[in-house]
Order: sequence, then structure tokens, then C-alpha cells
Amino acid sequence: MARSLVDKIWDAHVVRSIASGQDVVYIDRHLIHEVTSPQAFDELAARNLPLFRPSQIIATADHNVPTLNQHLPIAEPLSRSQVDKLTENCQKYGIELYGLGHQRQGIVHVIGPELGLTQPGLTMVCGDSHTSTHGAFGAVAFGIGTSQVAQVMASQCLLLTRPKRMRVAVEGTLRPGVTAKDLILYIISQLGTGGATGYFVEYAGSAVRSLSMEGRMTVCNMSIEMGARGGLIAPDATTFAYVEGRPFAPKGEAWEQALAYWETLYSDEDSVFDAEFVYDAADITPMITYGTNPGMGIPLTGHVPSQVPDAEAESFDKSLKYMGFERGESLLGKQIDYVFIGSCTNSRIEDLRTVAAYVQGKHKAGHVEAIIVPGSKQVEQQAIAEGIDKILAEAGFELREPGCSACLAMNEDKIPAGKYCVATSNRNFEGRQGPGSRTLLASPLVAAITAVQGRIVDITQYLN
Amino acid sequence: MEKFQTLHTTGVPLPFENVDTDQIIPARFLKANTREGFGENLFRDWRYNTDGSPKADFVLNNPRYSGQILVAGKNFGCGSSREHAAWALYDAGFRTVISSYFADIFRGNALNTGLLPLQVSDEVLALLLAAIEADPQLELVVDLPSQTLAVPAWGETVSFAIDPYKKECLVNGYDDIDFLVNQKSAIEAYEQKRAWTW
Ligand code: SF4
Repeated sequence: MARSLVDKIWDAHVVRSIASGQDVVYIDRHLIHEVTSPQAFDELAARNLPLFRPSQIIATADHNVPTLNQHLPIAEPLSRSQVDKLTENCQKYGIELYGLGHQRQGIVHVIGPELGLTQPGLTMVCGDSHTSTHGAFGAVAFGIGTSQVAQVMASQCLLLTRPKRMRVAVEGTLRPGVTAKDLILYIISQLGTGGATGYFVEYAGSAVRSLSMEGRMTVCNMSIEMGARGGLIAPDATTFAYVEGRPFAPKGEAWEQALAYWETLYSDEDSVFDAEFVYDAADITPMITYGTNPGMGIPLTGHVPSQVPDAEAESFDKSLKYMGFERGESLLGKQIDYVFIGSCTNSRIEDLRTVAAYVQGKHKAGHVEAIIVPGSKQVEQQAIAEGIDKILAEAGFELREPGCSACLAMNEDKIPAGKYCVATSNRNFEGRQGPGSRTLLASPLVAAITAVQGRIVDITQYLN
Repeated sequence: MEKFQTLHTTGVPLPFENVDTDQIIPARFLKANTREGFGENLFRDWRYNTDGSPKADFVLNNPRYSGQILVAGKNFGCGSSREHAAWALYDAGFRTVISSYFADIFRGNALNTGLLPLQVSDEVLALLLAAIEADPQLELVVDLPSQTLAVPAWGETVSFAIDPYKKECLVNGYDDIDFLVNQKSAIEAYEQKRAWTW
């Protein structure tokens, strides 16, 4: 029978099925970080349970960490205690930790692929909703809650209901200035913030196939923003080339075996999807969000909707009030206070290269504060090796040390109340970047141009 | 986990859609290493001004409303996977959230916390929200074993769906860890036969 990609991977990981319909699903890789793991370790200890497979867990400190002076002890006592707790737990249970000071430290969803831990056909989980990022490699990867983190620690398995399948195809060629970020913001604006709840989304079509691995990660990363349990893309030559040679990638004969298996990982021609959508790449233009959920996106040159269904009006107007925008207005010309380039959505080397290529020889607007936070130590070092750090410095951008930073503002990097920030991250929720902060999600290219212009512009007029 | 069987209580209305977990418990309050105490910061930025004084217009600060059921707009709990959101609601005394639609991860987290995510139709949700706003003392009865939500004043009962396994867990106060740990021999047998060990 024809099977979809997610079913092929799922079937290969079912330990057994139980009467009520759930499957005991085996988890190949478990990523942990300091915020959602301490209570799970406590749960194990309270029940006197051993950690079942420590070698399948990878830990990093990312959510809480400062992005300045990482060589110094963390000043904020609660953040420090959470990071210390992670170190303590990793030592106690024999877990590999890519913590502060490690050459491979970084945002959990950036370092997994970098290390070659993320591979096609695997099941991967993390106590973090953007675990869907790893689906870019053709893995079944999804976020879990802390109780489930404890379950995986205790058994390397989860009890799960098979998700429904959705296929989203984007066909054709993306226009100049349109990036993977615009593509996913466009899809979410079409389907809505809850539009894919209960589904695993397979992204397909020629526009998706032509994306680099980094672009594919950006797309899969935001699957959760339309409610999907995960997103994935069938692996191909682009995927294999990215994985090959990385520290944890299979080598020699194992590589050949892996490749032979990975080549079987695609949705069979007659696979049945529970929902299917097809979009034309030519319809996608550079995007920006105007509201307080990622589904509230419009083309940069578009208008805030003037009409919404009655049932949604109260929430919609509350959102606009928070953002200080009006129904039906254009965002062009709006002054911006901050630009944040970072997060597991857009903090990889290609993103930094895009920004550097645009800002070289230019300078950010005087009133804008522009912060760039690389996704990992490796990205930071690569940027320095390529001279990107100098280009950014000359353009008035501040290159920080790696971490989640102003994506969720758990550290000192916060956008002040009422200020507008064009951010390359994934969430524009109220207060996400600090209490009262106003976030407009966009691509790194849009962010770079906005920083230089100091206001929202039609970027197609400003491309180099 | 506490057992959940029946609940006779009143409801607190929160008629907004897409309430995300960053509103339920903002990230800056996730720095605790234990599960307790998150209720204090439940809906922090909607509930309190920056100086810590309560915002009079937020429903949790309105003395008219009380009870163990939060009745919220559709797509409740979207966003981050933080289970702290479910813990915060539970810690603040809620035992059920009624909505017409829950985000997946939140639903799972709630069930693992002993908080019942009770899904009703958009129509029933709209009726409930209006009725509670009109009469905050309106009694609601949740009966998990029979999977019903009753409004005695109306003489109406609606049934709701829940995964049968999760229902058993909640009614008996069991969680998945015990179950999964007991699968050890099947899991080890699976590990022996799986192909990809690279
Ligand atoms: S960068 Fe943002 S979205 Fe990504 S893992 Fe960190 S906090 Fe979560």
C-alpha cells in the first residue's frame, strides 16, 4: 500500500500498539535544554528510575544564557541556577552537554543539524515546540512537554496517537527578494494559526525542493505556528550533501547503508493525505506580520485586513490595539526601533551572509538598535572567519554570542514596552520579546533593509 | 497525578481566541526548577500592571467570577510546548479548561498534569461564555466517567470526546511513565531489531 513519508518513519518506530489505538513510539534522539528538563530529572529521581539511554540524549544551554560576556558567570541568579542544574544533571546521568564555553554550544535546533545528529528517518523530540526544525532532513521531529521529557528519559519511548497527514506544495520559482521565511509566513497566513492542528505537514513542490537545507529548516521550524505537530521534507541530494562529513554523520560503510535507506524515504506516489494545499510561488512576496500571532501576516506592501468574521473581531481588535495599528492600514513607512536577527528560525550562517551582503558599505539608521545573535558558536566562528563580523560592525550592527536571546527574552535581551521590533524569530505573541514589546516577524533580508532604512519599506525597491 | 472524576463548580470566562502559552505564563517566569508556584504568575501580563498592581479589567481580578473551570476562546494553548502553562492553571486552582479547540501540545500537557481539556462546539462555547457573563454563579458539572458537561440550570447536558486511554489515566490518576517503564522488554527487543544504529 502507498505510504506517506511520515507513515514510513512512524511505522519503523512502533514498538507496539495498544488497544485504545496509541502506539508506543521509539525515539532515536532526545534533545534537552535547561528550561524544560529540571522537573523531568526530578521526576526520575522521585520515582527512583534510571535514565534508560543516556547516549541518546544531547544537552545544551540556550534559552537563558546571556549573549554578552559568556565567559563570565551568569549574573542573573535564577538563570544561573537553571543552567547549573542542567550541568549537574548531565554529570549525574552521563549526558553529553554542549554547554556555555563549549565550542559547539548553541540553540538546540541549530546545533543538532550542525553536529550531524539530525538525520533522515529518525524520530527526534525536545521539550521545545520548534523541534519541528529537524523535519527539514526528513525526520519525524516534534516538541513535547516536560512530563513527556521524563517519559523519554525513563523509556526512550512515548505513547502517541498517529498524526493526520497534510501536504503543502509550493510550485514554481520564488521571486527576487522572497526567501524561505516569506514562504512559510505566507503559508501560515493562508492556513491560520490553528490551521494545521493535529497534522504532520509534508512540504513539497519545486519551490520547496529548490531551497537550501538552511531554508528548509526555516520552513519546518515554523510548522508549529499553524498548530502542526511537526513538519518535514523528503530528503534528497541537498540533504545528504549537508549531512555528509559532520561529526555524528555515519561514515564509510555505514554511510552507504544509511544512504540506501534514506533514498527510500519519500511519500509514495499514491499516498493519501488528509488535507492538501498547493500554492504558486509567484504569488508570494516579501512578508511581514502586523498582529500578535504568526498567522497575522501580510505582504510588506499589503494592508492590515479591514474585515474579519464577527466571532473573531474581539480578539482581532485586541491584537491591533496592542500593536498600535488600525484596520485597513498599510505598514509602509512605519518607524522601527529595533531589529533582531536571530533564533532557531533564522540565525544560521546563510542568514548572516544575507544580512552582511546587504549592509556592506551601508549603515543602520541612527534611531535603530540592530542586534544579531548567531545560532551557535560554530556560526559565530564561521562569521568571523568570513569577515562578516567586521562588515556588521561597520554597518552599526552588534554581533552577540549565541543563544535564544530576544526570541523569548528570558535573558537580558528584551525589547522595551511599546517599541517596535522587526524580528527574524518565529513568534510575535504579546510580550514575547519582553513585556509590552511589539514584534513584526520577517525574513533576515527584510530585517536588514528595515534596519538601514529605519522604517518599513517595500524592499523590492531597495535590493542590491 | 490527582484523580479526576467529577467537578461541580462555576466558570471563569476568557472570550479570546488563540490564547498562547506566552500569555498563560510568560517566559521570564520559567526559571524555576520545580513544578510548584507557577499559579502566582498565571496570565501575568494580562493580570498585573508593571508595578505589580492588579489590572481591574482582567477577569481573574474581577470578584464576580470564581470557580475551577476556565472557559476560553478557540485554539487555546497555542505556541510554546511549556508544560508550565498547564501547571500554572492547575496551581491557580483550575481543574478544567473548556474551549472549542485546543493546541495539540497543550492538550497533552494538560492531560499529563491532571487538568481536563474539555472540547465543545463553537456554538456551545458561545452559549457558555454568554451565560457565565450573565450569571457568574451558573453551576457547571463535569463528569469524566460519563464524558458529560451539564448545566443544571438549563437542564442540558452535552457529551465530550476524550481518548479512552487518557480518560482511564485521568480517572485513576495514572500517568504514562508507569506504563512505558513496564514496556521495557518490548522496547529492548525493538532496539535489537532496528536497522539504523548509525
Ligand atoms: S530560539 Fe526561540 S523558538 Fe528557538 S528554541 Fe530558542 S526560544 Fe525557542
